[in-house]
Amino acid sequence: MTETNNAIRNIRWIDPEKTVVVVEASGEIDLHRSAAFQEALLKPLKHKPQRMIVDMTDVSYMDSSGVASLVKLLSRVRRDKVDLKLAGLTPRVQSVFEITRLDTVFDLYPGVQEAIDS
Amino acid sequence: MEGEYRPVVEFPDTPIMMSIASVPAHLPPVRSALESVCKLMGFDESTRGDIVLAVDEALANVIKHAYHGQNDKPIEITFRNVGGGESALKIELRDWGEQVETSNIKSRDLDDVRPGGLGVHIMSRCMNEVSYVHMPDGGTLLTMIKTL
Repeated sequence: MTETNNAIRNIRWIDPEKTVVVVEASGEIDLHRSAAFQEALLKPLKHKPQRMIVDMTDVSYMDSSGVASLVKLLSRVRRDKVDLKLAGLTPRVQSVFEITRLDTVFDLYPGVQEAIDS
Repeated sequence: MEGEYRPVVEFPDTPIMMSIASVPAHLPPVRSALESVCKLMGFDESTRGDIVLAVDEALANVIKHAYHGQNDKPIEITFRNVGGGESALKIELRDWGEQVETSNIKSRDLDDVRPGGLGVHIMSRCMNEVSYVHMPDGGTLLTMIKTL
């Protein structure tokens, strides 16, 4: 299954049973794009995955509105008991998480494979 | 691996000014211009990221709180090297929107994990100085300074 969105380049399922989904984000996620980003992040949850990995490898910039979208997602997945992991944060995006101390709240991994294998 | 840019001449102290409308789609070109100025002044990659993030957060706050999401209001942006022999970047953001009581502009408790309200914390963490002045003809002048 493949879907695309302005801030989400691709959504792919790792297994036929749709228990693990990788959401590939891309570009600069700021006040201009965060609403579309947030809306797209919630789409895979209708299939009730066990694990959701947000691949941030190609996210070159993220401000607090992008971070807020992920915090809203975190609240939702906790309610739905979905295991959320963020993978491949660039140094600049990682810095935003550190400044806001959210690096201790989210499960962060260097890459998607590490997040799948964890 | 790309090396850090080292300016061979001092960046001039004449201002660079931009006028934008209060529309979120105008934020990416402002970030690009600011990134370029920071690089020419000799700020390293990490510090450039901090400065760009702080200014972006400030502009987002103007759009959301001073102009309440209206996208046709003016914002004037000025970048200036004020460091003399050593570079210091002064950034001024001028709006003509609602004046928010300056005593109410403060960071929130980060242990309370919830969306929103992080912009002021980010600005104070990323910049050396952040100050707000209500202007007599309306609006606010936000000044931020980052030293090299």
